[in-house]
Amino acid sequence: MTAADLHTLTGAYALHALDDDERERFERHAAACADCAREVRELSAAAARLGLAVTVSPDPALKDQVMRRITTVRQEPPRTVSPGELRTVGARRRRPSRWALAAALAAAAALGGTAVWQHERAQDAQNAQEQARRAERRADQVAAVLTAPDARSRTTELPGGASGTVVVSRSRDRAVFVASRMAKPPGGKVYQLWFDEAGTMRSAGLMDPGRGTGAVLMEGPVDGASGMGITVEPAGGSRSPTSAPVALMGLPA
Amino acid sequence: MKEAVEIGRNPSAGPDLPDLMARVARGDHEAFAALYDVVAGPVLGVVRGVLRDRAQSEEVAQEVLVEVWRTAARYRPERGSVLNWVLVLTHQRAVDRVRSVEASTAREHKAALLDRTPAFDEVTEQVEARLEREQVRRCLRTLTELQRQSVTLAYYRGLTYREVAELLATPLGTVKTRLRDGLIRLRDCLGVTV
Repeated sequence: MTAADLHTLTGAYALHALDDDERERFERHAAACADCAREVRELSAAAARLGLAVTVSPDPALKDQVMRRITTVRQEPPRTVSPGELRTVGARRRRPSRWALAAALAAAAALGGTAVWQHERAQDAQNAQEQARRAERRADQVAAVLTAPDARSRTTELPGGASGTVVVSRSRDRAVFVASRMAKPPGGKVYQLWFDEAGTMRSAGLMDPGRGTGAVLMEGPVDGASGMGITVEPAGGSRSPTSAPVALMGLPA
Repeated sequence: MKEAVEIGRNPSAGPDLPDLMARVARGDHEAFAALYDVVAGPVLGVVRGVLRDRAQSEEVAQEVLVEVWRTAARYRPERGSVLNWVLVLTHQRAVDRVRSVEASTAREHKAALLDRTPAFDEVTEQVEARLEREQVRRCLRTLTELQRQSVTLAYYRGLTYREVAELLATPLGTVKTRLRDGLIRLRDCLGVTV
């Protein structure tokens, strides 16, 4: 798709009428196209008017329920670092990593994480709703790490023109891995993420084999880890790595 | 900054929404109650339009409103009005839900989607909302038939542009451009500025 083609997607994007792949591509394009971003804001505002026009009068009970629920919901802390200020250390190929971050941030922060993915073990996913709720929670956690005041990132080239960025927030003791254009793992295999603690690999969860671009919250605390690795493992993952790592990288200081 | 998406003729008469949002972001329940009064009607309207099922709509609307509370700190006044922010989130959530449900149940019959006049079938007592509806209805009439159908099917029914193209038996590229130029026409007619 050419840039001109992508530009005509502003309307479909503002109406949430793109599928995931196209949305991602468009976001990558819009991150570098000020005119598109502006047009999206205007067209989103026009679309919101369509929403205002169908205002209804909610049942008063809804307010009681919502007011009761928010007493038990923890709010996100205010953002003090804008995505553009995230420090990227050791980025040899700046463009892909910046795009990957921008796309992940746009998805995780602006769109509430619809493009954020993570592998779900079948037995954990009781139903679609629970799965959606989990995805949302993870999206929030991803956004919290990416926007933490002490977020630090490091980008590494991966085989096949792909790149990976690890973003660490020491205050939250969590890390997010942002993949860009990773090749599909071989059939029946998955990418598994690991924290490297003085040479001992601790599993940090699996990546969705279906998607090579996106942000994934690494499972477990960063703790004493000084690096991370990625290996190809049989579906379901392994307790310890069973193959040579696809990548090993140090965590940002 | 111009608040182009405020309800009503005289936005200054209502509560100062960016100020309310700032207070909500700091955990102010009273501010949230006031914000709720402004946004709950439009939120439920959008969700109900896309989902149609009443019980499910209330559930999703509730989730959206709680999410507004939870993520209030993400709101950036320089990027648009509060109502715009809330309604973009609302539409996204409604669309997410309708698409996740579709994974298990088949989409309702083609004819039914086209048959039912999108939206505008709810009665509201609020004068401001009625004025807004009249204005939007008037502006929608300035669109070509294909623009109007494409835009309303995508917005009010939560269809992807591919689904719109299939439903209207129109090439993908045409629907893409109709969605864009339809919204541009709507933007200009409504006097939307950001």
